[in-house]
Amino acid sequence: MAMHQISLADDGYGDGVHRNIIFEREFLVMGFLTYLINGLSLGSVYALIALGYTMVYGIAKMLNFAHGDVIMIGAYLVFICTSNAGMPAIVSIVIAIGCCTALGMIIEKIAYAPLRKATNLAVLITAIGVSYFLQNVALLVFGSNPVSFTSIIPWKGLTFAGGQLKITGNAIIAISVCLVIMIVLMWFVKNTKPGQAMRAVSEDRDAAVLMGINVNATISLTFAIGSGLAAIAGALLCSSYPSLTPYTGSMPGIKAFTAAVFGGIGSIPGALLGGLLLGIIEILAKAYISSELADAIVFAVLIIVLLVKPSGILGKQIKEKV
Amino acid sequence: MLEVKDLKVNYGVIQALKGISFEVNEGEVIALIGANGAGKTTTLQTISGMLTPTTGSVMLNGVDITRIPGHKIVSMGLAHVPEGRRVFPGLTVLENLKMGAYTRSNKKEIADSYEMVYESFPRLKERQNQLAGTLSGGEQQMLAMGRALMSKPSIVLMDEPSMGLSPIYVDEIFKIIQSISDAGTTVLLVEQNAKKALAIADRAYVLETGNIVLSGDAKDLMNDDSIKKAYLGE
Ligand SMILES: Nc1ncnc2c1ncn2[C@@H]1O[C@H](COP(=O)(O)OP(=O)(O)OP(=O)(O)O)[C@@H](O)[C@H]1O
Ligand SMILES: [Mg+2]
Repeated sequence: MAMHQISLADDGYGDGVHRNIIFEREFLVMGFLTYLINGLSLGSVYALIALGYTMVYGIAKMLNFAHGDVIMIGAYLVFICTSNAGMPAIVSIVIAIGCCTALGMIIEKIAYAPLRKATNLAVLITAIGVSYFLQNVALLVFGSNPVSFTSIIPWKGLTFAGGQLKITGNAIIAISVCLVIMIVLMWFVKNTKPGQAMRAVSEDRDAAVLMGINVNATISLTFAIGSGLAAIAGALLCSSYPSLTPYTGSMPGIKAFTAAVFGGIGSIPGALLGGLLLGIIEILAKAYISSELADAIVFAVLIIVLLVKPSGILGKQIKEKV
Repeated sequence: MLEVKDLKVNYGVIQALKGISFEVNEGEVIALIGANGAGKTTTLQTISGMLTPTTGSVMLNGVDITRIPGHKIVSMGLAHVPEGRRVFPGLTVLENLKMGAYTRSNKKEIADSYEMVYESFPRLKERQNQLAGTLSGGEQQMLAMGRALMSKPSIVLMDEPSMGLSPIYVDEIFKIIQSISDAGTTVLLVEQNAKKALAIADRAYVLETGNIVLSGDAKDLMNDDSIKKAYLGE
């Protein structure tokens, strides 16, 4: 939403490496692998954020543009807990998840629930309003100067091939956390009663009521899950890109939304696929083409995918018979 | 069993129901007939808690359910087969039926209900892994009815189950409604196919622009001149 966020390119990955022309094949391969892993790592964070967009869209049929800013709030909470209060990383994360979960539910109750029968446009404008509100509150409380986020992952990671291939602890943790969450979430949606309710509400809200499903509670739960994941995403994002400002959530939020559309909005595996692909494309474009053009390339790919398959890679296109 | 009293329902300034009263006794099949826009769907939606009336009351088994939210009414023994079927298109037939049993937890009893539904609708069993959105209209209607039965209701509201179906399917649907009734479930049936509805109903109410204008024994209504003219096309 904001115009002046810190671009991910600024504190980027291996910037300029591609300009050193070294003709050693092994080095090139290792370089590529490093970029790929960094892309997967960034993509995992996008995927976690995209989950929030895609679930809320699928179930509440709205675009929650304030979602990116919940990431920022989550990151600040972790920052306060670790850097100011000296708490261990895991405790800070749990606190941030708890607070963001509550924040998500409160936002839904106050800002969106009263608009359940309003037009999509009214809801969209409200969401933009909530986004600015969160940014402004953060500005008021934390100021506009970037704070330096200390990684919550002290682990230095693994080194292979005599030091040529380094996988950071951040990357390993981000990718694993994302995969575990995806698996748990897909299991949850398929095999539990609240998950079943989510599927029903996303398919047909009125029919869901007739099945005895509490639609308001289901939407609230969806916001809770999405916002809790946003806290995790915020901590992971700032562990890799440590400069934290009130605008930190905007750009990743927009990209994750793009990832959700890319993968097929409303689809959980779609969010994973879209997020990972977006991360990889972004990092590879930065490394091999141009860091300035990277975002343009990402969106160009999105547009091409949507031209070929309007519902996204894994989006459903069901012909309904009436 | 179901008692509707002086029900008035508004959509904004439009009054769709102007104070209707009727009752459904245990074991009966009651037909609610009327032309397009008479307020039939509005009536059913108000009973099942999808709409809130401006005044009036709905009693189910002696409990006032007028302002109880819709999702709580299902577990009180009322199921609603909505207008236009409203099956979950992206879920399989089996998953749709499972949704119907959402309020229940006894696995054994749920298994019995599957059996009962598959017995009434063998076609659903054949197609249990097919996406509901790809079923034919008649099959979707059967699924919508089967799904409603999965909540083990004591009363079922049905909103134009024969709409848009070929004559063979219409006959089949009405046979099934009859057998649902024979199995002891009370039925409130909204239909435009007044002839068929009156043939299986015990009693009927005629709705005209938000008012009940006529009521009585289904057999008597079938021979009523005004009904013959307006609804039976004779
Ligand atoms: N959501 C709505 N907003 C405004 N008016 C509505 C709405 N739904 C129904 N109405 C109006 O209320 C009246 C009753 O509608 P209802 O759907 O109950 O009729 P019906 O008897 O079920 O008709 P049909 O046989 O065509 O299904 C109609 O005049 C209709 O235009
Ligand atoms: Mg109707």
